[in-house]
Amino acid sequence: MKRSAGLLVASALGLAACGSGQQAPPAGGAGQVTITVACQPAKSAPKERQAWDDDVAAFMKANPGVTVKSTDQQPCFDPKTFGPKLAGGQMETVFVVPVTNYDDVIRQGQALDITAYTGEIKNWDDLRQDVRDLVTKDGKVYGVPNVHYGVGLVYNRKLFAEAGLDPNTPPTTWAEIREAAKKIAALGPGHVGYGEYSGGNTGGWHFTQAIYGRGGSILTDDGKKAAFNSPEGRAVLQTLHDMRWVDDSMGTKLLVGWESLMVAMGSGKVGMMLGAPDVVTDVVGKFKGSVADYGITGFPEAKASLSGGEAFMINPKATPEEAKAGMRWLDFRFNTVGKGRFDFARGKAIGNPVGVPDNAVYGDSPTGQAIQADRVKNASLPVENYDPYVKASAAIPPKAEPVHAQEIYAILDVAMSGVLSDEDADIDKLLADAETKVNAVLAAKG
Amino acid sequence: MAVLRRNLTAYGFLCAALFCFAVFAWYPMIREFILSFQETNLIDPPTWVGLDNFEYAVGYPGFTEAWIATLQFTFLALVCGFAVPFVVALVLNELRHARAYLRFVVYLPVMLPPIVAVLLFRWFFDPGPGLFNQLLGLVNLPGLAWLDSPATALISLVIVSTWMNMGSATLIYLAALQNIPPELYEAAELDGAGILKRIRHVTIPQTRLILLLMLMLQIVATMQVFIEPYMLTGGGPAGSTVTVAYMMFQFAFTNQNYGVAGALGMMLMIVLLVFAAFQLRLTREDKA
Repeated sequence: MKRSAGLLVASALGLAACGSGQQAPPAGGAGQVTITVACQPAKSAPKERQAWDDDVAAFMKANPGVTVKSTDQQPCFDPKTFGPKLAGGQMETVFVVPVTNYDDVIRQGQALDITAYTGEIKNWDDLRQDVRDLVTKDGKVYGVPNVHYGVGLVYNRKLFAEAGLDPNTPPTTWAEIREAAKKIAALGPGHVGYGEYSGGNTGGWHFTQAIYGRGGSILTDDGKKAAFNSPEGRAVLQTLHDMRWVDDSMGTKLLVGWESLMVAMGSGKVGMMLGAPDVVTDVVGKFKGSVADYGITGFPEAKASLSGGEAFMINPKATPEEAKAGMRWLDFRFNTVGKGRFDFARGKAIGNPVGVPDNAVYGDSPTGQAIQADRVKNASLPVENYDPYVKASAAIPPKAEPVHAQEIYAILDVAMSGVLSDEDADIDKLLADAETKVNAVLAAKG
Repeated sequence: MAVLRRNLTAYGFLCAALFCFAVFAWYPMIREFILSFQETNLIDPPTWVGLDNFEYAVGYPGFTEAWIATLQFTFLALVCGFAVPFVVALVLNELRHARAYLRFVVYLPVMLPPIVAVLLFRWFFDPGPGLFNQLLGLVNLPGLAWLDSPATALISLVIVSTWMNMGSATLIYLAALQNIPPELYEAAELDGAGILKRIRHVTIPQTRLILLLMLMLQIVATMQVFIEPYMLTGGGPAGSTVTVAYMMFQFAFTNQNYGVAGALGMMLMIVLLVFAAFQLRLTREDKA
């Protein structure tokens, strides 16, 4: 009963908020400019928050006339609040967008064209060109790439050892992954050899990772038709089906949403999963995983790797002064070797997990090399556990997410959960159904 | 003027209620109605697109399946959520001891925040160490996949929904039962009516209006099912628990397509209005 009034009104409220009004640009008097910046660490992480506040103070001292106000919404980007914040005038001057949403945000005009301000980022030219291309549309730049990584195979070294596998020679083929998963699952109840997502759009996201690795695509080159109903797509689903139902190495529980697999991985009973190095950081930092247990290796047999990461973008309502100040903040906090987020010595001192190669945004450029050297010098994690990934990933070309990624991922969730929940799943039919649906979405969008 | 002055306090309370309804119910509904005919990026002024959002929603893959899942859920939730509380109320009404205690126990789930109840059931349904499969194991029955199979996911959500909401319905039925004059039962007993006949010829006719009202209200409530699929299944497995309200949420807050979400909301609202009209008519009949 209580729900009857609840949902409709709540959703209507949310939608109404989304549809109403224009937002006022942040205030700033003559010669003075005030910007709001996203991603301040939460109060529950007092040391990281203090480090951020110190950076804000240092930046304002170095830039008289600029006032920085921080927001600490966690996570920094949440699609559920992105629209309402824009509509309600609450969007920060500088906000973060994950790579999955680049296309939507840029296409809908929800980010400022910052082509004229890229000079504020001193190391701009050292940022990887392919990563800059992801935030560039029709020759205009809409974001400052902040994090970039490719997919690898995250694995639990401790479980490998317990299962009689050598943690220093992780699997390099899908056949080896299957064999390793079987041995880990055989360790006893609750052990899962290989973990995989199936819902909340994460199933479609990981299907995309897997099919890219096998050399397939989600869409045709012109982005007009689905291309995943292919031998590569079938191989992805067949492998998962066989691991789940023939090998019984994937557990019995469907994993819905990003946290579900992270929690399982952090519990120390999941042997392997597809993931980027940031998985290690998150599993250790947020999900209580033991730091020494996790390693990451190259994406087995990979022909391409789905690009992951995030970029900072500027509020389209920002004035030129605010945009410039926002870019200077990004340069100071996020793009200067040895400063801000690249102050690894400070990170180590306050107990941050340092050492995971979780950001290749500067690639092998001089800035990238300096950052990597500094990271290794101040590492608090066993960097040797990540060497196989570093060596293998350099040779795998990155591949961007498809357009309308979220809608496509929701459709592909059905195929993923289909093979993981039904032993008799008809893989050809699942792919054909998904293909029809994706083509219908693409046709409707024109 | 004298009338106005005499009823000033009442008008004050009325204004406060009207203000709340206007701000938190009517205005959002009007905005949603307008939004369903617009396309917006939330930055630039919205553009009018006529019925495009409705066409897109109707042609969207999974639209029909979402309505079917919603209707299936509504039907199953009514079978459980309508009948079970009535039977529980009948039993409670017949009890002579511990009635207050059992009433509290039945109402307890309503006091739990829905999110807590849902998380509790996530553990109950766990195919490994979950409570339900452990109980099945005690009587040598094989475990079920519950939320992890398209065959059982929807009914699992119905179980959660029934558990969370039956307390209120039970208390309402109980209040209605206690309003039935005992002489009617005494007369029926003198005429030789057994328990089933007493329920059929006394209880049900005497609570007919409440039963019908609750039926309408439960249809309206269950057709908006959202929390259960959002928290427990993410619409899966294989899309079997994507409901209209869940799809609406996906459009608005995942795909950032607020116009189509608004159009879906309007469609759902129109269907619910039909049931609300029935409810109004029933209320009027009662007054007449």
